[in-house]
Amino acid sequence: MKLFLRLCKNPLSLTGLVLLTFFVGVAIAAPWLAPPPWPREPYRIARCGFSPIPQPPGVSNPIHGIRLIVTGQAPICRVRPFGTTGEGQYDIYYALVWGTRTAFKVGLYITGISLTIGLLLGSLAAYFGKYVDEVIMRIVDVFMAFPFLVAAMTLAAVLQPTIGRGLVTAMIALITFGWMGYARLIRGDILAVKERDYVQAARAAGAGHLRIIFRHILPNAIYPTMVMASMDIGSYVISFAALSFLGLGAEVGYADWGQVLAFARNWIPRLHEYWWIIVYPGTTLILFVLAWNLVGDALRDILDPRLRGRITV
Amino acid sequence: MWAYIVRRLLLLPLLIFLVTLFVFGMYSFLPPKMRASLYVQDVPRSPDAMERIIERYGLDQPIHIQYLRWMGNLLRGDFGWSKTAQRPVLEALAHYFPATLELALWALIPVIFIGIWLGILSAIHHNRPLDHATRVFALVGWSFPSYVYGLLLIMVFYAWLRWFPVGRVSQWVLQLEATGGFHRFTGMYTLDAILNGRPDVLADALRHLVMPIFTLAYIQWALLLRITRSSMLETLRQEYVMTARAKGLSERVVIYKHAVRNALIPVATVAGLLLIGLLNGVVITETIFNYPGLGRWAATAATQLDILSVLGFTLFNCGLLVLGNLFVDILYAVIDPRIRLE
Repeated sequence: MKLFLRLCKNPLSLTGLVLLTFFVGVAIAAPWLAPPPWPREPYRIARCGFSPIPQPPGVSNPIHGIRLIVTGQAPICRVRPFGTTGEGQYDIYYALVWGTRTAFKVGLYITGISLTIGLLLGSLAAYFGKYVDEVIMRIVDVFMAFPFLVAAMTLAAVLQPTIGRGLVTAMIALITFGWMGYARLIRGDILAVKERDYVQAARAAGAGHLRIIFRHILPNAIYPTMVMASMDIGSYVISFAALSFLGLGAEVGYADWGQVLAFARNWIPRLHEYWWIIVYPGTTLILFVLAWNLVGDALRDILDPRLRGRITV
Repeated sequence: MWAYIVRRLLLLPLLIFLVTLFVFGMYSFLPPKMRASLYVQDVPRSPDAMERIIERYGLDQPIHIQYLRWMGNLLRGDFGWSKTAQRPVLEALAHYFPATLELALWALIPVIFIGIWLGILSAIHHNRPLDHATRVFALVGWSFPSYVYGLLLIMVFYAWLRWFPVGRVSQWVLQLEATGGFHRFTGMYTLDAILNGRPDVLADALRHLVMPIFTLAYIQWALLLRITRSSMLETLRQEYVMTARAKGLSERVVIYKHAVRNALIPVATVAGLLLIGLLNGVVITETIFNYPGLGRWAATAATQLDILSVLGFTLFNCGLLVLGNLFVDILYAVIDPRIRLE
């Protein structure tokens, strides 16, 4: 609670909190904000007609709309608040609303799973030391030798023939190359805590390895890693959208922000006429990431002054 | 210091071995028939062609034998055939590399000058409006995906204002090249233009480079800015800075002669991170601006499942990154004697 009040005092983190609350609200209210035309597949973006060029924000031709309803050719799509993409006539508003859920899912899953892997391996390395440490840290070195996005792109491409294109493939690719930072950080912090008197005391009292790690060491060493993870959520969402943008993320037609941005690439010579394809999804993505970064930045200053000015990639 | 360098060098072969093992691991995710199809350069004619290829390249052998064969091919410089580039992977790498190098070198100029300079400024003006402004700038920059930024640049400066074109050079330069009026010595147009004495080609190439340079550079500004700022703040609190001030030196001399030099030492360590950012950045940037370099080639290859090209590109990047980090560590040990004692 005290933490929350301190976050509210700083104008930057307050802005972040307000933005995050807004996005949580949108994610929860998605079925009411944008009723899905196919209720069983809410993540399939609603489509508005068959025109090959992007339709501007506004109300579509009512006669055309009625004809489509009567013939049952396309779902109802009378109002397009943010316009449509060109090919496929995907409704940008619908994609953005449901894409909020995708963004939360992607950010939290990727961060959560990489954090778990990193914590596990990092604490094993630090606690047991010697050759366990040596082996784990060499593995970390190997993964560090890959540039993050390039490696994720490669793995996503290689996994596609076996498990298909989709959210899971891209998330596996990003997690595989994303956990090392946490392992390194927690290892350093555990090494600093490991030889403290209270750990020795627990050991002398006969506590087992697991008990010492989970009850005595981790609670005293975990904060910096958690702060780092909170700051990474935004950048994972960016990376995932980047994979989607390159055509290696979510499948075509799946409500995902990077996906919509990828459509803008087809209209590059006349992008200023079809500005809505880039401006709306771009702003949404930036605000979402900015919200996490503002909160994470403030959390870092409050919880771990040591990390101030430290940049994580 | 030599012991430190030798230790780093001794770990290098192990690291390279493990990296190739991992890349091979990714490659062997693919089913044998898919891997066999990667070796096919034209449409197979006989019905048992697949089996013959699997046998010929040993794709049904135990995994360690396959790895050794694959490794042997790599060492002989055979990275396989790139379908997207229609030439061997190694040749394709060599073909696309100059374009990417040119872009990266140009992008370093704004990265280093604006990043470091703004960082120093914001440390000097600590907690004053300029500092807050750069903090917000860095945070917003950090949250701004490069593809959104690049597309916005395209929307304003290419589609709307028509100031800067996309691609690499204009059609007339290509024609000039085809008719023999322009020699490619290095593959980098800006350098070649100077060597050829053609200021018009130089201007054209630079006009094409402006938007990609700023897209590639801007995300790095935020990184450098924050690091320079915190390191500079740390340095300004040191006693020798106080001594310099107490001696009555002008603020200018104190900052630029005494503080900045020491503050830049930690900045050197992030050179490795900058390199990663650059390697990641070229994929996105080149794809958006249709700039024919390594990144665009790799992105196209990845979407068209031209796996050998992607793996070749990844290995190439890993090599660059490993060597780059080694170089940075050694450089760090040279400029900061305290590191060597570790």
